[in-house]
Amino acid sequence: MKVRLETIAHARSGDKGNLVNIGVIAYEEALYPVLVREVSAEKVRVYFADLIQGEVIRYEMPNIAALNFVCQEALDGGGTLSLRSDAQGKSFGGAILGLEIEVSEEEISLLNLPV
Amino acid sequence: MTGNSTVRIGFGQGFWGDSSEAPVRLVEDGPLDYLALDYLAEVTMSILQKQYQENPSHGYARDFPPLVERLAPTLLARGIQVLANAGGVNPRACAEEIRRRAPQLKVAVVEGDNLLPHLPALLEAGEEFRNLDMGEPLAPLLDRLRSANVYLGAFPLAQALASGAHVVVSGRCADAALALAPMIHRYGWRADEVDKLAAGVVAGHIVECGAQTTGGNCLADWRSIPDLARIAYPVLEIQSDGACVVTKHERYGNGPSGGRVSLASVKEQLVYEIGDPARYFTPDVVADFTTVRLAEDGPNRVRVSGARGLPAPEKLKVSISYHWGWKAAGTLVFSAPHGAEKARRAAEIVWARCADLGLSFAGRNVEVFGEETALLRMAVRDPERRTVDRFTREMIPLVLNGPPGATGYGDGRPKVHEVVAYWPALVSRSVVAPKVEVLA
Repeated sequence: MKVRLETIAHARSGDKGNLVNIGVIAYEEALYPVLVREVSAEKVRVYFADLIQGEVIRYEMPNIAALNFVCQEALDGGGTLSLRSDAQGKSFGGAILGLEIEVSEEEISLLNLPV
Repeated sequence: MTGNSTVRIGFGQGFWGDSSEAPVRLVEDGPLDYLALDYLAEVTMSILQKQYQENPSHGYARDFPPLVERLAPTLLARGIQVLANAGGVNPRACAEEIRRRAPQLKVAVVEGDNLLPHLPALLEAGEEFRNLDMGEPLAPLLDRLRSANVYLGAFPLAQALASGAHVVVSGRCADAALALAPMIHRYGWRADEVDKLAAGVVAGHIVECGAQTTGGNCLADWRSIPDLARIAYPVLEIQSDGACVVTKHERYGNGPSGGRVSLASVKEQLVYEIGDPARYFTPDVVADFTTVRLAEDGPNRVRVSGARGLPAPEKLKVSISYHWGWKAAGTLVFSAPHGAEKARRAAEIVWARCADLGLSFAGRNVEVFGEETALLRMAVRDPERRTVDRFTREMIPLVLNGPPGATGYGDGRPKVHEVVAYWPALVSRSVVAPKVEVLA
């Protein structure tokens, strides 16, 4: 069934110039494989298609059960140049938690997901 | 210089404009050896450079010397040393102002980050300062440059601490270097001890945004984070081998402190503003965040270990700013019903009127927040100031001549701001010469 990413993960985002990085962290280690399977770089790029003009690169951090998405050309120029109210990309972390992911009935009971 | 002692480093400022009470609470509410403060976001130097050009005795974070004056008795009584990059583009003037306000303190200044006066010669010598993101060379922008500062590392800061200064003031340095420097100073870590340096950088990265470690801006279970009104800023307890605990003071003034240090809050900060987590570049070491282990160590305590490092990079990062042009942003509120629909219609009307006036913009943006009652935000940028200025006259008239229900125009016509844009680049380490001096 479909659940929102916030069911299994939390996140924080920030900027470097015109880049946004979104760190997405599974609430438990056991949820990390679901995160890796369900949240690809392409999915993130499509989800933020209105905001991200460039490439999205995904890095894995199994040590803290997290993925880091580096999104290029994502801030309308970034910093002082950007015309957006969120010129520093702070809102991407909260926004990505609305992404829908697919989890099986088995995973829901096995991982004790609050759905 | 060595041993199994614990060094406690508090981080009391995540950017210029962060809480002015946090540094005071850090030195007064619990044990502390060093207070580190970061004042410089990516764009801050260009603002300070402008202030410096208007008045050569400015160009630094001017609220820092009064803060030091307020802290001085406690710093002296408890032997706490302060490190801050509050010096901006004029660290010496900042240090001198501290000496004037708190003559009982010894102040050291770290300089050498400002490359602006040397840029023409460096370009001549073959440094290209190509944009790290886009790849273009810098030379065509030479007459529009506002600031150019190389990120210094922790070693000059550590050298300044070794002088016995109560306060160390620098210009641009790596944020994490402010936390790493006391470790290098106290434990005598060498430049080739890359795992220890990486441990210090990881610890520094975890605390360099202040309260973002202790429960601020934390998405994980945010409703349950206690008493954010009295949030304590982070404290590192670090051992000579680099193993450390991230924590906070239990007290805040006369009561218990708020916020929470948890695995979740530390993980959120570990991933904050990073690229490839296996290669986190700093002037002192390339840290591998994928080797870091985190563990709970009691309430509000997270143990950090395992960081591995690679030797420091050959090139150092330079943050350059240049005049790009002008921008303005204005907001209006459209009241219910159908506020969002009215707001979108209003934006189309403004663009149509601008087109009739023959205006075109290098960039423009419309945002609408809310549905029934909605906030409209319109923004433009252009190299020509008069183009942007003309736009600012087209928003407020909507109150009388646009869709119904426009309000929230109390601030009047949008202000025109200069756009000083950011240009990240690299420079050879060999041309950078940090300088440490204790003020007489």
